[in-house]
Parts: sequence; structure tokens; C-alpha cells
Amino acid sequence: MLAYLVKRLLATIPVMGVVALFVFSLLYISPGDPAAIIAGDIATEEDIARIRANLGLDQPYLVRFGTWLWALAHGDLGVSIFTNLPVSQLIAQRIEPTVALTLCTLVVAVIVAVPVGVVAAWRAGTWVDRVVMGLAVLGFSLPVFVFAYLLIMLFSIQLEWLPVQGYVSITEGLWPFLRHMILPSVALGTVYMALIARITRASMLEVLAQDYIRTAQAKGLSQSRVLVRHALKNAAVPIVTIIGIGIALLISGVVVTETVFAIPGIGRLTVDAILRRDYPIIQAVTLLFSAAYVLINLAVDLSYTLLDPRIRY
Amino acid sequence: MAAVAEALPSARSVSPTWARFKDALRRHPTAIFGAVVLLAMIAVAIAAPWLGTVDPQAMSPVKRLRDPWGDYWFGTDMLGRDVYSRVLYGARVSLTVGLAVAIFSTLVGLAIGLVTGFVRWADAVVMRVMDGLMSIPSVLLAIALMALTKASLENVIFAITIAEIPRVVRLVRSLVLTLREQPFVEAATAAGTGIARTLVRHILPNTVAPLLVQGTYIFASAMITEAILSFIGAGTPLNIPSWGNIMAEARSLFQLKPWLILIPGAFLSLTVLAVNLLGDGLRDALDPRLARRM
Repeated sequence: MLAYLVKRLLATIPVMGVVALFVFSLLYISPGDPAAIIAGDIATEEDIARIRANLGLDQPYLVRFGTWLWALAHGDLGVSIFTNLPVSQLIAQRIEPTVALTLCTLVVAVIVAVPVGVVAAWRAGTWVDRVVMGLAVLGFSLPVFVFAYLLIMLFSIQLEWLPVQGYVSITEGLWPFLRHMILPSVALGTVYMALIARITRASMLEVLAQDYIRTAQAKGLSQSRVLVRHALKNAAVPIVTIIGIGIALLISGVVVTETVFAIPGIGRLTVDAILRRDYPIIQAVTLLFSAAYVLINLAVDLSYTLLDPRIRY
Repeated sequence: MAAVAEALPSARSVSPTWARFKDALRRHPTAIFGAVVLLAMIAVAIAAPWLGTVDPQAMSPVKRLRDPWGDYWFGTDMLGRDVYSRVLYGARVSLTVGLAVAIFSTLVGLAIGLVTGFVRWADAVVMRVMDGLMSIPSVLLAIALMALTKASLENVIFAITIAEIPRVVRLVRSLVLTLREQPFVEAATAAGTGIARTLVRHILPNTVAPLLVQGTYIFASAMITEAILSFIGAGTPLNIPSWGNIMAEARSLFQLKPWLILIPGAFLSLTVLAVNLLGDGLRDALDPRLARRM
């Protein structure tokens, strides 16, 4: 197990290396002069020169990549062009709302989607199944921000149940925090829920066709016990896998959701950085999110042994 | 089979095309719905200039923020531009981006996937690169690319294509790895067929069906990504009326004039839904094995 863990951790190095190399090389392979594009239309020659120096574009490619990697390994993510503050500091200030939103969405999505998928598989072919699968297609098709605005219109403007926008830290009380999290989590979680529900249903259908399920039912076990203890437990590996892979959807969606709900997180930082063409921030955020994604999926892989004792590393 | 037998007597009385359409409608109602909506949207995009539209960029500050269903079907935006015209012309942008990304990413992914599936030394290198690219969430990858290039429709298409390619490569490679163990490929190799010819004559035709399905899903997700990029200001330039741009400009006005976001949003959602339903129908028709699993 330990040997496997070390092997897997080492295997993430080339993956992250490709990510780093790619994000770094974009500055060089993008058409035109990135310094001029970042500086914008009204920039002076000095502005462009300053940005070029900040990005290190005045140095040779390999030298610059080496310095950049070295700094990265020491936790230095560069300096923001617009505010001149270290990017790591800017990210640290904004990370709490993003982590909170992602975790809330994850919890909401799993709590809703897994049971819904189980029921759809249990009642396969009936109207329940068709409604669930229909909603899943709808969930895939409704862009995050369109659904977010629909939710705001209904629950915040018409019914006035929930706040329109904003973020309240959990340190200021659980209920105010949750009130501000409900709509963003539901909006962000829609695609994710659709994905999890679909895979749960597919995985459950396969397991429910097995002989031991028939045996369990023949023994006279209650339906819920068969579904949860016998079926869901054996259907868990694909479900957990998709929960891990789907994190990419959440990360992509966070940027938009934070914009719609005015949540001061990393997504919002990214959008502001786009408008100011603050590339070091975008670079750092891309790296950070990719690393998070890789590590989460590593954790998912390792969790297989807990879910299925037959899998041994 | 029962459905086919039932359809036969009625088929005699009406024209065969219509009967076949009705049969398809009964078996795949949602896929046909998707196809019809998509065709309608394509027709709207092509015919936009003749559907009672005006110049989508023409501003008239006196007529700002008119409500819909009056003189202006979908109202006017904060610069007095006709939203109906903008939404109809916006269909052109979304469909162009969706189609272009679907075609380019499928073709490039197919080429890379075919080679990596067959050339062993290339496989390890290319797949490590693809693993790396796939661990960058696609919207972020597109954002990073857009931040360094001038905003233009071509660059939006380019950025989304790059983000979609790794998934196609993965799919094609797994198909090739399965196919090349098949007896007919072994037979071709034994008969002295070269790699290039084997790829083109024996492997390629068998990747078409799954790629068509995958291409449809890419079409749908590319339209959403374009709208997201435009919505956060990293997409289509503002002088092109895309659905994402119309919504982005209406962001601050949402509480006052929600229809400025909801109308283009409805068009976008409906089009994406249509393409997804079409994709599900294609998947069921072309890959029955997968259909049973999903």
C-alpha cells in the first residue's frame, strides 16, 4: 500500500510537469506579443517593457522556465501585474469562499444525486426513471449561469426567501453562511448532479442484475437493505470515480458561479484578472486548480481499497 | 420488432418517407425533437437578415431598455439595440463555434489518437501530455489561452478546441487499442498490409460511429463554454452579438430587466438541449452496447 502510494505520488509529477510547462509556454506560443496584449491598447512603451520584465519575457525561454519552476517549488507564484502584490497572497485572501462553495456543492450534489440514481435504477423503465433521466439531460444542457439567474429570480426576487448575492463567512454564524450558500451550490451542482445520477443509475443497473441480489431478495431482506447494503456498496467504485472526475466541472463552474453571486473567491479573482489581463494570476489559478484536481483524483484512486476489499495495491 | 410489424400496414397508405419518419419518431421521440429544434435554429441563424431583424449593433439611446412584446419583440438593451435582432444573429456565433470546435477537435484528436494507438513509442509520450492537459479544467485552459490572445471568434474556437482535443485522443486511442487486437486487423497485417493502409482501411471506418456521438457532445459543450467565456469577458469580442455577450452586458441590470438574460439564456439552453438529445439518440442508434449501460 505504502509503495503504491509513493508510486502514485511520483506518477503525478510528470502530469503536473506537463501542466506547468504548458501554462508557462502559453506566453511564448501564443500569437503576437503577449506583453503588448496584456498591456492593452492605451499602454506606453514603458508599460510594455515593465510587463515584459515582470513576465520574464526578456530572458531566454529555458532560463526563465528554470527560474519560474524554482520559485514555484518554493511557493512563489509570481507577482500580480495590476496590484504588484504576490499572487500567493491574493489567492490566500480569496481561497475560503471558493473552498466553502465547492464543499457545499459537493455535499449537496452527492446527497441528492446518489439516492436519485439508486431509485432510478431500482425503478428502471418506469416513469420515475424516465423523469430522473430527463432531468439529467436538462441538467447537462442548462448553462450554470442561466440556471443561477433563474434561481435568483424565483427564490430571491419573487419569493424573497434567500439573499440575491454575496458571501458570509461561516465564522459569522452557520445560518447566515448557509443562506448565502444554498442558491450558488444548487446552481453550480446541477451538471455535477446530472453526471453523478447517471453513473449511479448505470452502475446500479449492472449490480442489480447479479445473482447475489436475487439471493438477497429471496432471503426476504427488506428492499432498502438490499439496495444499500448489497447493491450500492458494490456499485460504489464507478460512482466515486465520477465524483472525482466531475470535480473538473465544479472548478470550471466556480468561476461563473462566483461572478453571478458576487462571491469574493478565486473565481472572482480570475474574472477580475481576465479583465485586467493579469496573466500571472490566471497562470497561478490554473496551476492551483489543476493540482487540486490531480490530488483529489489520486485520493479517489486510493479510496478504492476502502470501498472494495478485493482491490489491493 | 412488434413496433415494426405494426408500422407496416399503415406504411402502405402514406408515403414511405413519412412512414419512416413516424416510425423514427415513435422509437426516438427525443432525438427527433432535438434534430428538429437544431435544424430550426440553423435555419434561423442562416436566415437572420430576413426575419424582420435590424442591424444588431445599431444603437439608439432614446429607446433604451424597452420591455419586450411591444414595438420590440424582445425589447431593447441598455444601448437601445434591438435584442430580437441580437439574439437571432447570436445563433450564428453559437452554432459556428459549436460546429467548428466539434469538427476541428475531432479531426485533430482522431489523427493524434490513430498514431498513438498504433505507434508504441509515441504512445507513452503523447498520453502523458494528454493526461497533463486533461487535468487542466477546460474552462480554465480556455481562459488562459484567451488571456494571451486578442479577443476574436477564431481565437475562441482555437481555445475551446485545444481544451477538447485530449478527450478525443483518449477515446480514439482506446478504440484503436481494442480494434488492433481484432482478427480482421491481424488478418490484414498477416496479408502484408502496411500500417498506413491498415489504419485508413480497417481502423478508421470503425472509429466513425463513436466519434460522431462524441462530436455531438463536444458541439453542445463548446456552445456552453463559448457562452461562459463571453459571459466572464474572455470570449467573443463585444462587437459580435453572441448569446454570452448579450447576457454579459445585462449582468448588472438583472434585477431590473431579467429578460435581457433570460431570453438569450433560453435560446442557448434550448439549442444545447437539442444537440444533447440528438447525441443521445445517435448513441442509442450507433452503439447499442453503450446505450444499455447508460
